[in-house]
Amino acid sequence: MIHARGLVQTFQTREGRKKGEVRAVDGVDLDVAEGEVVGFLGPNGAGKTTTLRMLTTLLRPTAGTATVAGFDVVKESEQVRRSIGYVSQSGATGQFARAGDEVVDHGMLYGMSAADARRRGQELFGQLDLEGLWGRQPKTMSGGQRRRLDIVMGLIHEPTLVFLDEPTTGLDPQARANLWTHIADLRKRRGATVFLTTHYLDEADALSDRIIIIDHGKIIAADTSDNLKAQVSGDLVDLEVADPDLVAEAAKRLDSIAETDSDGRDAVEIDGNHVRARVQRAGKAVPGLLADLRAADIDLESIEVLRPTLDDVFLTLTGRSLRDAESSAPADPTSKEK
Amino acid sequence: MQFLRESFIVFRRQLRMNLRNPAWVLIGLMQPILYLFLFGPLLKPMAEQLGVQNTWTFFVPGMLVQLGMFGAFFAGFGLISEWRDGVIEAERVTPASRTALLMGRLWRDLLQLLVQALVLVGLGYWVGMDAPLGGVVLGVLLTLLVGGACAAASNALALTTKSEDVMAPVINVVMMPVLLLSGILLPMTIGPDWLQRTSDFMPFRWITDGVRGSFLGDFGANGVMWGSVWAVVLFAIALWWGTATFRKENA
Repeated sequence: MIHARGLVQTFQTREGRKKGEVRAVDGVDLDVAEGEVVGFLGPNGAGKTTTLRMLTTLLRPTAGTATVAGFDVVKESEQVRRSIGYVSQSGATGQFARAGDEVVDHGMLYGMSAADARRRGQELFGQLDLEGLWGRQPKTMSGGQRRRLDIVMGLIHEPTLVFLDEPTTGLDPQARANLWTHIADLRKRRGATVFLTTHYLDEADALSDRIIIIDHGKIIAADTSDNLKAQVSGDLVDLEVADPDLVAEAAKRLDSIAETDSDGRDAVEIDGNHVRARVQRAGKAVPGLLADLRAADIDLESIEVLRPTLDDVFLTLTGRSLRDAESSAPADPTSKEK
Repeated sequence: MQFLRESFIVFRRQLRMNLRNPAWVLIGLMQPILYLFLFGPLLKPMAEQLGVQNTWTFFVPGMLVQLGMFGAFFAGFGLISEWRDGVIEAERVTPASRTALLMGRLWRDLLQLLVQALVLVGLGYWVGMDAPLGGVVLGVLLTLLVGGACAAASNALALTTKSEDVMAPVINVVMMPVLLLSGILLPMTIGPDWLQRTSDFMPFRWITDGVRGSFLGDFGANGVMWGSVWAVVLFAIALWWGTATFRKENA
């Protein structure tokens, strides 16, 4: 559905008299198969939105090529636009217009008749829990309702490929969870291919078959969530030792099954009563460890085994946690200030 | 055909939103009325000095051009808030022609201007303006061309700056010389020679002269010809600029 090779986007910037060039997207290759749900993950300013705007024909690539739904984004942009739905970060409807009018007009710009657009729009309002809001002004809607209205706008012409740009940013947890079910429905109900950008790890994890991670304009990983997590060496095992005097002893036992890190250093970490280490396939190794500890008369208050998260993946790949990357990243030059 | 249909969808949406805001409609209609009744009488005692027989026939065309220019200069502000709501981007991901996205908006601006112009001309006749119908029709046509040019330029500027804070001073900077040198309120001919020569460089002065000449039924005069030429040229340039901005990939 999407094949991109060497996509580049540069922006001219100016700081005082100094002119500069920012490579917001720096040679991106992407492949998305039909029916896939792909999460495009990265910190703010990593180049997600810029890449998306190139794939949706809103921005002409500085270099590189991309075909979307079988059409070239530069030479056949009109056919691309006809085949895709795009739900942008900044909304799609006028604050003071009526929701239904906006949806019908949008459908008509795709060449639908007014009657078709109305019927299809009302059907979508039902599916996205927007019944009764046809005549409402978007400014009087809740954040979650407005996002769902944006999705209706993006689906009015029944596209087979849907782009969602940061669909849940700024929503409260409940509205977010609700929107997730609707996004999951896109494929379940209509078999659509979905490409969504997000900087929330849990969102990429929950919704997508495959995750593509972008940082500083470059793709740094593309795989299933499980495979990505497997790159992080082992699960985190955290023992809370009952007797403070036995902490060192417990650490020694844990060390016997723990990974050594790349420098061959001891990877066991002691923090008060807690002893932590990464263990390969902890589910298999932990029963042995427990027997070992019992034999040595070391009682535990608790034991926790944590599967790696995508944040661990990002940390392994970039040496930064995703949260740190967020705060240090420059603003995305194409994103709009709110 | 498809282009007209798309323009019409955009036009209808704009008109619907404007009509839903009655304050907007009212202000649009009040403008010409206020000028006519609060400024027009000031010219009456000056008729001799201005060298005109009927001050209304002199004043109404100036008001028309002013309406065409100044109302339309502000058209772009609405576009900025639409852009902020994401409407422009949403329209640009549809296969609709980019020119249609601009054209639909221009039609709305032109319709508004036409209604205002009809009100102004109607009131002008009522207070005693003496102008041939053919001249009035041509004058209104020239006004629509000027208004279309200003609206297209304003839309282009809006989509380029994307900020009211940048756009407002730019428009003020443009408006000052236009207002002072186009002879809208008082004819440039009563000024000193150097001021008249300076105003020769102001296309809007030629257009104002042209509309005045046409209201006097003076079609053969140079004024009407040059005014029409300038109106068409400005309209073509602004339309090209506006379309280019809407087409630009990163707008």
